[in-house]
Amino acid sequence: MSAATATTATAAARIDSPGRRALRKLLRRKAAVFGLCVVALFVLVALLAPWIAPNDPVKTSWTAIRKAPSALHWFGTDENGRDILSRIIHGASASLRAGVISVSIAVALGVPIGLLAGYRGGWIDAIISRVTDAMLACPFLILAIAMAAFLGPSLRNAMIAIGISATPIFVRLARGATMATMVEDYVEAARAVGNPRWRIALRHVLPNIVPPVLVQATLAIAMAIIAEASLSFLGLGQQPPAPSWGSMLNAAQRFLGQAPWMAIFPGLSIFVVVLAFNLLGDGLRDALDPKGR
Amino acid sequence: MLTFLARRLAQVVPTLFFVSILIFCLQQLLPGDPALVLAGEERDEQALAEIRARYRLDQPLPVQYLYWLGGVLQGDFGESMRIQRPVAELVLEKLPVTLQLGTMAFLVACLIGIPAGVVAAVKKDRAWDWIANGVALWGLSTPNFWLGIMMILFFSVELGWLPPSGYTSLREDFWQSIKTTIMPAFVLGNAIAAVLMRHTRSAMLQVLGQDYVRTARAKGLAEKVVVVKHALRNAAVPIVTLGALEFGQLLSGAVLTEQVFTIPGFGKLIVDAVFNRDYLVVQGVVLVTATVYVSLNLLADVAYILLNPRLR
Repeated sequence: MSAATATTATAAARIDSPGRRALRKLLRRKAAVFGLCVVALFVLVALLAPWIAPNDPVKTSWTAIRKAPSALHWFGTDENGRDILSRIIHGASASLRAGVISVSIAVALGVPIGLLAGYRGGWIDAIISRVTDAMLACPFLILAIAMAAFLGPSLRNAMIAIGISATPIFVRLARGATMATMVEDYVEAARAVGNPRWRIALRHVLPNIVPPVLVQATLAIAMAIIAEASLSFLGLGQQPPAPSWGSMLNAAQRFLGQAPWMAIFPGLSIFVVVLAFNLLGDGLRDALDPKGR
Repeated sequence: MLTFLARRLAQVVPTLFFVSILIFCLQQLLPGDPALVLAGEERDEQALAEIRARYRLDQPLPVQYLYWLGGVLQGDFGESMRIQRPVAELVLEKLPVTLQLGTMAFLVACLIGIPAGVVAAVKKDRAWDWIANGVALWGLSTPNFWLGIMMILFFSVELGWLPPSGYTSLREDFWQSIKTTIMPAFVLGNAIAAVLMRHTRSAMLQVLGQDYVRTARAKGLAEKVVVVKHALRNAAVPIVTLGALEFGQLLSGAVLTEQVFTIPGFGKLIVDAVFNRDYLVVQGVVLVTATVYVSLNLLADVAYILLNPRLR
């Protein structure tokens, strides 16, 4: 090893990158680590579903209708004799995909629009802000339901509807963060040395709005998972017989007296995964807060 | 104050204008010919032509929009295709039910959220703070339709204390009405309580660090008086305004809660309309909801000024 690389190595050890510093702070928070582990567990379950699910999630069995939890069916069976544990394991993928994809849509649309509004100001900002206000004026879930209804019921359309309904949150966030960053000295310096506008926006402003967007995105995934479950509960999301936690709850409601386990386990899964994302989001917020360094 | 109100009202108008465009555009998401969808079961040429003429589907979009907006401004949202009644009439009929539910839910939220937030702030970083934060996190993470199903399972199916579904109006039978709405009100209020608790906690923490609180303590006032009269009163401003905004979110939550408890309110109206492909009703409901929400926003701003003498 040469002397030069050794110096850079020690320098790197001394001056942490902001990302690494945030990660270290995040890992110090037990609740956030717990959230992260649960999220990782559900991701694993979703990925390995075909191998770890004990039964076929869509195979009906007329000899095992609404059986209570037992050694054979840990979470019981549903009204068509399908194994609830297997359906929950396969349903994890629909929930997580809906959460991640719809939030990705919202971020991909919202952040550039918000950056543009905050950076350019003037009439562009005025129009974008009014449209954002208008979208925020329609309660999130109602907008998502209305949009999903017009697009037609399917998991893909539910994700689009949830993503677009969540977009104004990110527009507003990115716009505010951009405006706060624009008055910083380093942006002024970048402008003074003659950087073109797009370069200032992408190289100097954008990295500074990443932390709040990351926090909001994590919390938005929790919201989107509930929204997907809600739409599926109403029949506007994942279509039968493919399993989804929301539609399982819909079926369960009809057999509440006879088969309460049909309602307990899918709801518990939604609760646990949403709680995990909320814990992770809260932890990220504390870890990325520049005041708390 | 008056100039502020005028400026604020001037902002509301363009917002509502964009809301109306947005909702009108929803129609364009419909796959295929809107006339075919609007016609529903009747598919003969004459019915289609009639619908095209009635909704001016043969005209350019901006013209269609202006006609639609003209109707809306006169309170004409069109007619429900399924039950052949004006949308405005349906909305007015269902609104009181949801308003009752929403008010009760809001009361539940305030009764839980504000005291919990005060306690959490006063006992910061101690056991009560942790418990209150844990309960808030639970409230934010529970899907409210699942909580509703679980409550029906426990209180109606297992204990048989409360009716699992249905609705009786206040005028018909007061106690029966409370019995039919208490569970949905709790379910709806639960999530709002969590948000209110967080707002109350942070507002109180900010106020408790102020000089006048230290002065109040220094002159020997009882801690209870300091917390309630000096701190909470000052923290009330942001709590009230943020609370008003949460009231708007109740409308969102009401959709699923009313579905679970089969309460014939606003939320049930939109869900039924979605199932029956009754698109004009969906548009009408979303438009009314947005208008209510924008008005609440405005009221919250006015309340903020009225409650805060420094801004008057």
